[in-house]
Amino acid sequence: MIELIKKCVRQYKKSSILSPVFVSVECVFDILIPFVMTFLLEKGIKAADTQAVIMYGALLIAMSLVALLFGALSGASCSTASNGFATNIRHDMFERVQEYSFEDIDKFSSASLITRMTTDVNMVQNSYMMIIRIAIRSPLMFIFGLVMTIMVGGPLAAVFAIVIPLLVLGLVFIFKKAMPIFRKLFKKYDRLNIVVEENIRGMRVVKSSVREEKEIEKFKKASDDVYDNYTKASKIVVLSSPIMQLCMYIVVTLISWFGAQLIISTGGVALKDTQLSMIITYSTQILMSLMMFSMIYVNLTMAKASVDRILEVMHQEPSIKNPDVAVTEVKNGDIDFENVNFSYSGKGGVNCLEGVNLSIKSGETVGIIGGTGSSKTTLVQLLPRLYDVTEGSLKIGGVDVKDYDLTALRKSVAMVLQKNLLFSGSIRDNMKWGNPDATDEEIDKALKLSCADEFVYRLDGLDTHIEQGGANVSGGQRQRLCIARALMSHPKILVLDDSTSAVDTGTDQKIRQGFKEFIPSTTKIIIAQRINSVMDADKIVVMDNGKITAVGTHDQLMTESEIYREVYVSQQGGGDFDGENND
Amino acid sequence: MAKTMTKTNGMPNGARIGSRQPLKTLGRALRYALRGRNAVLFVISLFCIVLSSYASVQSMAMIEDLLIQINVQLEAAKIGLEVTYMPILGVILKMVIIFAIGVIGTFLSNRLNVVLAQSTIRDIRDTMFAKMQYLPVKYFDTHTFGETMSRFTNDVDTMQELISGSIPNIVSSLVTITVCLVEMLIKSWQLTLVVLITVFLMFFVIKGLGAKSARYFIKRQSSIGKVNGYVEEMMNGQKVVKVFCHEGKNQANFDKINEELNDNSTKANKYANIFMPIMANLTYVQYVLIAAIGAVLANNGLLIVRDATVNYSAATVALISAFLLLSRSFTRPINMVSQQFNAVVMALAGAERVFDLMDAEPETDKGYVTLVKAHMENGEIVEGKQGDWFYCWKHPHGDGTLTYTKLEGHVLLKDVDFSYDGEKQVLYDITVDAKPGTKVALIGKTGAGKTTIANLINRFYDIDDGKIRYDGININKIKKADLRKSLGVVLQEINLFTDTVMENIRYGNPEATDEEVIAAAKFVHADEFIKRLPQGYDTVLTHDGANLSQGQRQLLSIARVAVADPPAMILDEATSSIDTRTEALVQRGMDNLMKGRTVFVIAHRLSTIQNADNIMVMDGGRIVEQGNHEELLNQKGMYYSLYTGNSIK
Repeated sequence: MIELIKKCVRQYKKSSILSPVFVSVECVFDILIPFVMTFLLEKGIKAADTQAVIMYGALLIAMSLVALLFGALSGASCSTASNGFATNIRHDMFERVQEYSFEDIDKFSSASLITRMTTDVNMVQNSYMMIIRIAIRSPLMFIFGLVMTIMVGGPLAAVFAIVIPLLVLGLVFIFKKAMPIFRKLFKKYDRLNIVVEENIRGMRVVKSSVREEKEIEKFKKASDDVYDNYTKASKIVVLSSPIMQLCMYIVVTLISWFGAQLIISTGGVALKDTQLSMIITYSTQILMSLMMFSMIYVNLTMAKASVDRILEVMHQEPSIKNPDVAVTEVKNGDIDFENVNFSYSGKGGVNCLEGVNLSIKSGETVGIIGGTGSSKTTLVQLLPRLYDVTEGSLKIGGVDVKDYDLTALRKSVAMVLQKNLLFSGSIRDNMKWGNPDATDEEIDKALKLSCADEFVYRLDGLDTHIEQGGANVSGGQRQRLCIARALMSHPKILVLDDSTSAVDTGTDQKIRQGFKEFIPSTTKIIIAQRINSVMDADKIVVMDNGKITAVGTHDQLMTESEIYREVYVSQQGGGDFDGENND
Repeated sequence: MAKTMTKTNGMPNGARIGSRQPLKTLGRALRYALRGRNAVLFVISLFCIVLSSYASVQSMAMIEDLLIQINVQLEAAKIGLEVTYMPILGVILKMVIIFAIGVIGTFLSNRLNVVLAQSTIRDIRDTMFAKMQYLPVKYFDTHTFGETMSRFTNDVDTMQELISGSIPNIVSSLVTITVCLVEMLIKSWQLTLVVLITVFLMFFVIKGLGAKSARYFIKRQSSIGKVNGYVEEMMNGQKVVKVFCHEGKNQANFDKINEELNDNSTKANKYANIFMPIMANLTYVQYVLIAAIGAVLANNGLLIVRDATVNYSAATVALISAFLLLSRSFTRPINMVSQQFNAVVMALAGAERVFDLMDAEPETDKGYVTLVKAHMENGEIVEGKQGDWFYCWKHPHGDGTLTYTKLEGHVLLKDVDFSYDGEKQVLYDITVDAKPGTKVALIGKTGAGKTTIANLINRFYDIDDGKIRYDGININKIKKADLRKSLGVVLQEINLFTDTVMENIRYGNPEATDEEVIAAAKFVHADEFIKRLPQGYDTVLTHDGANLSQGQRQLLSIARVAVADPPAMILDEATSSIDTRTEALVQRGMDNLMKGRTVFVIAHRLSTIQNADNIMVMDGGRIVEQGNHEELLNQKGMYYSLYTGNSIK
């Protein structure tokens, strides 16, 4: 926690310090008010002096207002500090994640990054709010209260020597007993959520297998487990309030009894009767603050896990970094793979690519064919340095990719990912991802080339609003828009990773034809399931199990490569009915 | 306690923050909580709360008696009488008894409340889930996964907070307020009036602050939604972001909404944070006013005291001391209730969404034709499992007679029209006759209506016009469960459950023995890879079978149908997310399974449907061509042009 605070408090340091200072002042007044009150009772009422009543009354009201002011100030600065702190944490995390390589993102997974940036930050923010306010207030109230009790009540304060250990023991007992059950409970909750999730997702399977009743039984069991554990844990946790009451009552009883004796035996000298109710007020404050402190403790223990998860994100060093002296221009689209090995888990891990040697000349069209898991995607992801080769070297335009400035390299190697996404905003906004300065004419040209123009202009043109992920356009339309977006940066190398699978055969062909005509000097790499999409390429690479098994033209491969022939035969007349025909 | 904290991570964008009909929803939630045994528990718990509140009020009120007794003794000492502690001991003993009852009351009511709240939440969860199981497919078309899921998580969590936190708090606060008020009135109506007036004034502060805080609270909620939405979109699209070097721009966008959240959230918290000290210190002001007004009254002899055993000033001090403590016990629960307000409003919105799900119209089933096991006796079908048994349809007629029809898998669609919403028609005059044991293929572009047909056969949706018959029986007359048992379905999207491989296959037929499951797996060639899994058939699959390949997952879903052994089945794009080489493996399993069954194949890859007995080419909700492969090629129509790879313009 301290590390995170040091790192992210920054401009909110002032508020973070002011909050505890203000709250301390508030505390002092809070404690003094009951004390001054006794004067009002003693000198004002007992002595029947209305003048004194008004004087002390005015003083007390003034004190309350000062306490109110400081309390409010502390509340305000606490809120500024804790929210600012959280804002900085989110900023830092987002910034760090932006620097991540694909490998780093895979390591955390998007879902986990999302929870870390939302739920965990929230948790930490709440804890921080506690730390700079309540965590200061309760020990202060505890100490001040105790001091006042000793000052006024003298020996009566001994009561706390009995009660405080009792309360602490009780709270420790509850904590120790309940924590393991809560931990178990979280697992049961997970199970419950899994059952719900699987049933919503698999609803059609459940219905067609007529398993509704069995699933309800399964859910009931999970739900009973949650109930059992929750009830068990809660029953322990709710013990805290009778224990607290018990302690309070013991204090009241003992103080009443011994206090009465003290007053009477000394004739009201050692202790005045008006001070008795004040001591009881302090007792409430002492015990309450102890209780508060235990809550803070529990909260902090839970927040620790969140802090760790946040720090983990911040500590992750991006595995791919810009070189110190970087080449900023990619000369042309030549590609050279030399003895490339690649493993997702680094050297010594299972190689996904092995002994890859491949030479591609600028302007060539290259098709890549192979089954799922043959590492086609892995191969092309090395080009823009989404991952780094584990062994061997990869050169683009005659220069090792590691020597390029990352931005320059990625602008030159445009990649249309297999799992592609559009972002919420207009089509124009999406296109500008490829080139922020693009004019409408340029966008128009790219849309034409990817055959996306015909449907874009049937919608609201470039102003058409795209929903998150591109949910409001069909799969084929999304793919064409993604291709256009990639074309925007006038890349030297264009990689299409299975990017036309939902586009019908005719349009697919038209797109490829356009590439040939309008971007002849760009190297085009096309990964496809359909042989049709790569048949007319200058070169076709056949991959199997992480290795290149054959390279050649369609005709060469038909005679030389068994795998290629097999795929070809299985797709004989391999038209695809699912393509979206100019919809 | 910890679980409820996770719910603060914002609500989905656009979710309602307030409730439409708060009172009605609250009433319903309460009725739900107080069903059956719970009503009795509640009455007992309420009684315990009263005891507990009484004790806590007495712990403050008794100071008056004590001070009076002390003063009696002090005066006695002054005039030289012997001091006795007996009356004080009497007061103390009375206190001890009341306190003991109070602690027991608190203990019992807390425990009862746990059971009360948790059993209610459990019932709500169970009811919701059971309800969900019988919702029609249509419901899931109009509600996203996230929406439905968050009813079970966020919304139930907030309800739990309401039922186990806010409601008991409010109930016990109300009880304490009442008990306290009664006690104060007994002691002094004059001072009570002072307390009531100051509380009334405090209400204005609460109201003013509350309104302001609520405004920023709503703003903050929408900011949280924005930040979470942006984070979600960008984290999921992070790879695309990298490819386009869009990091800088994103950071700027993010910082903008992050600052906005900071702003709104700071303001919202500010109001919440200053609420506490303001209320606490106003309580002090109230405290002083009571003392001062009490003192002024007393000094002028106007304060009415009950006890005349001691001198007037001692009695007033005793009374005012007790009142000071009591006024705090009175004001504290009032603050508590007003602070709960936001939480209650939020929780009611959640409760409303929970009830919405419970109120959704379930799938109706008026079917009365059932599937039974039967055998032949003297050339007639007789119900019962004997010898060479088989399944047949048991069809009761209006005139009290029964007919039995053998289950064969003959599916006939005649002139079927359909629309999802009753307006936009998606199927027109569909007529398909799938005779037992034949293979019918449905092909066409996305949106042509292929899957819709499949969904009509197993009655995920009901047709608008026309007829669908299964073995000659109108499917509307067949009990849905039995109809679906007689149809196997393999979908493109595979759903596996967190359980062993064995149980996942058995999903198709709960009565199947382990041997039957293994036999089914062997039959579709899934056995080979299953045996290679770490624990074979006992391997537990998690996360939808995440550690299996797509092909392996599909083989399991095929085995699932094999073990159910239905006479008819629907393969809806079953191999479309599998590459061609893997498909060859899956195809072997599928071929085995298709033998001797009526099969509807929906596919986009032509290779999988070439050998179908009848190929239906669909376009825009109509069947535009039909025939077998050769016939269709000769027609030189749509099938031909797609088959040869030339798209039609």
